[in-house]
Amino acid sequence: MYAATTVLGGTGTGLMGFYLGLGFAMVMRKLFGYPDLWERDLCLSVGYVFGLVGWVLGIGLWGQWAREWFGMKTYANGAQGWQRYFTFCTDHKVIGIQYMVWFVVVFLAAGFMAMLMRVELAQSGMQFFNHDQYNAVMSLHGILMVAVAIAAVIGGFGNYAVPLMIGADDMAFPRLNALTFWLVPPVGIMLLATPFLGGLEAGWTAYPPLAVQTESAQTLFNLALMTFGLVSILGGLNFIVTVIYLRAEGMTWSRLPIFVWAMFLTAILALFYTQGIFVALFMVLLDRIGGMSFFNEANGGDPLLYQHVFWFYSHPAVYIMVLPGFGVALELLTHFSRKPLFAYRYAVGGLIGIVGLSGVVWAHHMFTSGMPNYLHPPFLVATELISIPTGLVFLAGLGTIWMGRVWLQTPMLFALAVLFNFACGGVTGIFLADVPTDIHLQDTYFVVAHFHYTIVGGEIFALFGGIYYWFPKMTGRMYNERLGKIHFWMMFIGFNVTFFIMHLPGIQGMNRRIADYPSEFDNINMVISIAAFFLGSSFLVFFYNIIWSWFRGPAAAANPWRARTLEWQTSSPPPHDNFESPPVIKGHPYDYGVPGSVHATFPMGAAHAPAGGGGGGGGGGGG
Amino acid sequence: MAVAAPAMHHKGPDRTAINRLGLWLFFFSESLIFALLLSSRFFLEGLNIPLKHGSDEQAVDQVLGLAITVILLLSSVTAFTGETAFEHGRKRLGHWMILATIVLGLIFAGGVAYEWKTAHFTRGEAFGTVFFTMTGVHASHVMSGVIMLGLVWVQALRGKYNEKNHWPVSGVVMYWHFVDVVWVFFYPALYLV
Ligand SMILES: [Cu+2]
Repeated sequence: MYAATTVLGGTGTGLMGFYLGLGFAMVMRKLFGYPDLWERDLCLSVGYVFGLVGWVLGIGLWGQWAREWFGMKTYANGAQGWQRYFTFCTDHKVIGIQYMVWFVVVFLAAGFMAMLMRVELAQSGMQFFNHDQYNAVMSLHGILMVAVAIAAVIGGFGNYAVPLMIGADDMAFPRLNALTFWLVPPVGIMLLATPFLGGLEAGWTAYPPLAVQTESAQTLFNLALMTFGLVSILGGLNFIVTVIYLRAEGMTWSRLPIFVWAMFLTAILALFYTQGIFVALFMVLLDRIGGMSFFNEANGGDPLLYQHVFWFYSHPAVYIMVLPGFGVALELLTHFSRKPLFAYRYAVGGLIGIVGLSGVVWAHHMFTSGMPNYLHPPFLVATELISIPTGLVFLAGLGTIWMGRVWLQTPMLFALAVLFNFACGGVTGIFLADVPTDIHLQDTYFVVAHFHYTIVGGEIFALFGGIYYWFPKMTGRMYNERLGKIHFWMMFIGFNVTFFIMHLPGIQGMNRRIADYPSEFDNINMVISIAAFFLGSSFLVFFYNIIWSWFRGPAAAANPWRARTLEWQTSSPPPHDNFESPPVIKGHPYDYGVPGSVHATFPMGAAHAPAGGGGGGGGGGGG
Repeated sequence: MAVAAPAMHHKGPDRTAINRLGLWLFFFSESLIFALLLSSRFFLEGLNIPLKHGSDEQAVDQVLGLAITVILLLSSVTAFTGETAFEHGRKRLGHWMILATIVLGLIFAGGVAYEWKTAHFTRGEAFGTVFFTMTGVHASHVMSGVIMLGLVWVQALRGKYNEKNHWPVSGVVMYWHFVDVVWVFFYPALYLV
């Protein structure tokens, strides 16, 4: 079994690397004359690095790539069918599905943690967790969901759809792509192991001095996230080169599908800013295991340095999360409104504007940190300025559905919800960007409600819309429309009730990140918890629908949505090289209803699905 | 890393151009690591360099600092000469120049190690923290460059490269120049300000 030998082999070389690293660390400590050879966090860190290298080498980096560096022949990957998903497979479609399945599973696990938190928070006092356990679960929920938000859309749809949509046969660096994906499982497994190795105390933001002083599994958290940073950086690099060099003939920048634009710009953010979190976590690690003093005030360090470096990445990271979400939402809005994307150029300009401003607003997370007061006005103004490009994107969405023949299939419902939710998240964001209101609202449930509206409302809804939209392409089968709509309405109502109400105790000062609260908030928290359980149960419907449809669903047509973009002009699922013959782009992807317009032709072969064919979803929506 | 150009057969675009853009983007990304470390150095210590205990002499070794800087800059010259030698098919010169670059790189790393051993400050104080981190991160890049040069050198000796096909040499040499440019910013920040 190819799959089993690959995964077990990688695990084996990973473990060998880990023990080699432990031994290496202890030998070095001996050589440098330390009295005790074992220093837990230091030795485990060296073990982790060696183990990670061993794992990727074993999973296929050595056989399929690294041998070449030593002048040896590489092996081809011989896996077929489902076994490809468990090997170092370089096909972008396989990698996209690998990311998607992995992150949907992580999403469900982290969502289950949120349910546990809501059980504890349903009443004041401590019933279910102790404080340490609550901290561990809360930190883990946070960081896992951040990981999902960062990589699910980019890794999943980005890898799957971008090469198809630009008419390429794969990414620019296919082996780098496979390597990047296989860095992900260790991150997930390490993070999920933290509750058993001391828990986490410092939340997903991991601020020093607590992150330096804590005895918990903080070191493992830092190492795992630094690895995850590498995933973002290498993935971003690959997307940029792919979009620049591998577009099909005639695919000019002004004909690029909006999702590809969003992915391209996100990739620039990910490539550049992710080094910020890498450096921030690295400095914490050096303070923890290297005896350094970046954040130790007594020796001349400064904890504020961490917040600057951390938010220098983590604000742009918000856009790494939502820009692909915007891209998916705009894509769906235009296909399901049967109308050209409204103000395409302004929408692209808006996305570019967001990218430009994202790097100069980070200190709006630090208004109460004690940084110099003269920094408040510039960061306030820069933050508010972002509403202009964001507004352009938003208006492009609204203009697209205006007077359109809206076809209310499940993906479209999710895209419409993105517009609604993100508007709510944008409005509450104003209060957090303004210094006077932010000082009052800092670290309350208002903040929690706000960022769930933007990230879940803006991106995760788009993620699910995208899953339903591309499901027939990815699996060759159709999901159940009725269950999809039930999932949507449960998720939409559950989400809005939960997080709209959550603003209210926040305004009254209920602190986030704390397992207990004053008993006057009892009733409202009970309501929030019940709504949250309703929201959580919606994913059971989703899970059932997707699993059942993947194995038993009706076969999907090549183009069930009668969409014009390139990924629908090939079979479902597409052949290994994506297209039977290379496409040539003749016009804009979104000219629905424009007489005589074509997006692409296949001059060298007639064997392709006709544009506008299919119609598996049934009913509705003319051209 | 981008040493090995994937030998995938893509119709149309030129693989070397794709590889080169990938490498430039990698530098663009890496440059933020160095920029953030450089900013941290000024954020924590301003323009100070601490003095040796009981003297008004700076705690860093100026002669050593200047010496390793000159050596690193020289290695960029040998690396460049090596690359152009391969472009023009002068393989013997190319082999020697790569070897010279490796040796100069190792001397540089040795100089950093000597500075670490004889430093008049500890890693527990703020200047020591930034000094050891910046030189350490930079020296690890130098060492990874030496390893990649070593791999390329072995392949070159086995006759793998010619006028048409020498992307691995060019890629590693580009990386080497990048690491040198970083030092051009680090050296004044750590020794001169
Ligand atoms: Cu922000």
